[in-house]
Amino acid sequence: MRAGMMNASLDAVLVVTLLAVALFSVLARQARAAVIGFIAFGLLLALAWVRLGAVDVALTEAAIGALTAPLLLGASAFAGTEKPASPPLRLALAALCALIAGTLAVIVLAAPEPAPSLAMQAVAPLGALDLGNAVTAVLLAYRALDTLLETVVVLLALIGIWSLAHDENWRDAPASPAAPSPPLDLLARVLPPVGLVVAMHLLWVGADAPGGKFQAATLIAAMGLLLMMAGLTPPPALGDARLRALVVAGPAVFLAIGLAGFLFPGSFLAYPDGWAKPLIIVIEMALTVSIALMLLLMLLGPGARKPSA
Amino acid sequence: MGMATTTGPLLVLAVVVPVIGMLALLVMPFLGIRRPATVALAVVAVGVAIASAIGIDLVRSKEAIVYVVGGWAPPLGLQLRADGLSGVMMAMAALVIAAVALYARPQFDMAEDAPGGRRAFAFWSLLMGLWSALNLVFLGEDLFNLFVALELLTFAAVPLVCLDGKAETIEAALRYLVFALIGSALYLLGTAILYGQYGTLDIGTLHGRASANLATHAAIALMIGGLMAKAALFPLHLWLPPAHAGAPAPASAVLSALVVKAPFFIILRLWFDVLPEPPSEAAARVLALLGAAAILVCSVVALRQRRLKLMIAYSTVAQIGYLFLMFILIEPGVAPWTTIGWTGGMLQLISHALAKAAMFLAAGLIAEALGHDRIADLAGAGRTVPVSVFAFGLAGLSLMGLPPSGGFIAKLLLLNAAILSGAWWVAIVISVGGLLAAAYVARVLKRAMAAPATAIETRAVAREREWPALGLALCAVALGFVPLQPLDMLAIGRGALP
Amino acid sequence: MTGASLFGLAACVLIGLGLYGVLAHAAPLRRVLSFNLLGAGVFLLFGVAARRGAAAGLPGDPVPQALVITGIVVAFAATALALMLLRRLTALRAAERAADGLRDDPKGR
Repeated sequence: MRAGMMNASLDAVLVVTLLAVALFSVLARQARAAVIGFIAFGLLLALAWVRLGAVDVALTEAAIGALTAPLLLGASAFAGTEKPASPPLRLALAALCALIAGTLAVIVLAAPEPAPSLAMQAVAPLGALDLGNAVTAVLLAYRALDTLLETVVVLLALIGIWSLAHDENWRDAPASPAAPSPPLDLLARVLPPVGLVVAMHLLWVGADAPGGKFQAATLIAAMGLLLMMAGLTPPPALGDARLRALVVAGPAVFLAIGLAGFLFPGSFLAYPDGWAKPLIIVIEMALTVSIALMLLLMLLGPGARKPSA
Repeated sequence: MGMATTTGPLLVLAVVVPVIGMLALLVMPFLGIRRPATVALAVVAVGVAIASAIGIDLVRSKEAIVYVVGGWAPPLGLQLRADGLSGVMMAMAALVIAAVALYARPQFDMAEDAPGGRRAFAFWSLLMGLWSALNLVFLGEDLFNLFVALELLTFAAVPLVCLDGKAETIEAALRYLVFALIGSALYLLGTAILYGQYGTLDIGTLHGRASANLATHAAIALMIGGLMAKAALFPLHLWLPPAHAGAPAPASAVLSALVVKAPFFIILRLWFDVLPEPPSEAAARVLALLGAAAILVCSVVALRQRRLKLMIAYSTVAQIGYLFLMFILIEPGVAPWTTIGWTGGMLQLISHALAKAAMFLAAGLIAEALGHDRIADLAGAGRTVPVSVFAFGLAGLSLMGLPPSGGFIAKLLLLNAAILSGAWWVAIVISVGGLLAAAYVARVLKRAMAAPATAIETRAVAREREWPALGLALCAVALGFVPLQPLDMLAIGRGALP
Repeated sequence: MTGASLFGLAACVLIGLGLYGVLAHAAPLRRVLSFNLLGAGVFLLFGVAARRGAAAGLPGDPVPQALVITGIVVAFAATALALMLLRRLTALRAAERAADGLRDDPKGR
């Protein structure tokens, strides 16, 4: 089994690099170095997800990583000068964390065999739902309530960020990220690997798997940010009614379809027979728009200036 | 379960109605509404009605209400479940939020684009999100669903801390966020371990499958550790005082009264509903010791505070300590909800919520009337805002554990449980904690009732703004008339747990 | 050792590292980075559970995979909120320092 050996050594190299980069990120002296280490970590992590057979997750990780990168690089400018804990305290913390990691390792190595799994149960209703991707079925049918509320979490984070503005201009546009800057430069370097993972997704899973709204939304948000950073589009005013409507559309459509389920077929977030797939597609499309916008607006930050200024 | 299915949708509505309110707040121009407060108060009215309907149904049917979301039964899907305990918690949350909303309305009544509109919009949106999160915490039956609830709660609570936009409050909010996120990560870590072991996150299913091994214990320990940071149990409480003291008064009230109770509630679920066997005595003792340290240390610290709001915030950490005494006072082998230790703990949770919300609301008006909240200079408050000072005093009864108050019954039950189980040191801590609370409440009242040495400038406060605090304080007093025995309401649906 | 347990051990190390970073660093940015490492470790544990539970022709149990997707988006929201708080705090502190500097040192040295 040379292929198996090959894969095992690939995995080992991946894991060792992943951990080395993580260690570098934690121990680096300069905040900027730590950030760059973390960005590299995110890319390697996406590969790890591919190796774990979770291509949906890999895509999400890579796409979110691309959004996090400019955010973190921007933040490394105001990293703060707080001193880390004193050496004896650090030693004690390291011992504690090693103990926790060691206990976890024992648990992982002694994991039950055969592993418990909901895979069979998750696959069984796929035919009735007319869905090809079991992950989508989990997100939008079996555990749809989680997904609905998770978009509310993102919305709350956005409102929290908006609330950080000055009183007089909180409904104005956020400061423009335009101008050639290191984030832009880095993004140009980060995008190709994302494209690579997308390509791998298409290659490995084929047309059968839809991918999903989070991945799509994240890519759209990244593209939007790129446009704004290149100065091609100004950031929108946060009080704009149409913008607000687009932000609300996704959760509102999801909630409305969920509530309609009370009437037919008779349960919240249930889909009538034969309607699951079209309704899920409608929800995914609406959510993609709203989540893309919310992610982009979170990156842009609170309202900052009068549009006239 | 014929009854249960008909009222099941109410559980969904309890979670989603505040979310609908939140979404509506974003698109008010399309709805022809100008003021966020209008939308929020309508949601509060509906939410109170939902919580009441659930409570009435529980009392009438004497069994838990269960709702399987989307018809997907656990372990694949999610279900919501209201038993007597969650019904009481939801009623408590509804009561506090209604009072806070009435109190906050004059303060946050402006339109979104008017001066102060940022605060009004953010306050009401976050309050809606917070309420949805609390109801989900009380109703959730799936550990990951509860994780989502905790995250909802965090993202609603943190920005409330820094609504005034000052550097100190933003720093407090950031520190709160870091603590909360570490707590969430540890909670999720435990969830991952449990899924790897048992292939389910449904509490009912887990209760049947979980065995007492290293993995289960490590998972629950990590989760409880994370939740302790969120509940601000000593010594993980350092984030709380600056955060709760820096928020606007109505926000402080919900944060102190309700938000810290949610992680505690989940600890209860893990301890009594997930752990397969009677939890080890050593673990219970650790929690009780930390609770005792919280009571003693933070009561003394509260006594030494110069600012009223900081004092109340430290008192919150001390009062949270009482909740963790519970674990050692419930003898193994008996159904916990039939013990006086359980009843005492729950009454402490509820009466503290009512009393603490009343205190923060009253303190807000005292500070508004005097222009500051320095305890040393409170003289004259008794004349300017007499109702608020009175409400503060009434709420203080619950913290001290003096009759008539819910806090009195709660602490008496805990004291009896401690004596019956021979845990003398717990009995001593409860008594000393009561004395310390009496000292810090009396210190404030003495100053507030004194006549000012020189004429002071005060700002008039409309009398009706003082009623919500008084109402909550009176509710805390009214709890003092419940019978001194395990409450039937708290046991509804508990025995039926698999 | 199977591939899944290799990644499982990596997850444990990441959790230890992330936890250490969150506790040992005082600078908020470093804490946020470490929190993300910790989160990544936790997500990987779910991923390992998913991989081990592969059945029904799927490469992994879809339930934990879906949970991770939800978790990643929530972690991003947390990171964004934390960094925006930090950005605002830094700006306010800088303004405070500038004001203090003007007051204490009229020459603006």
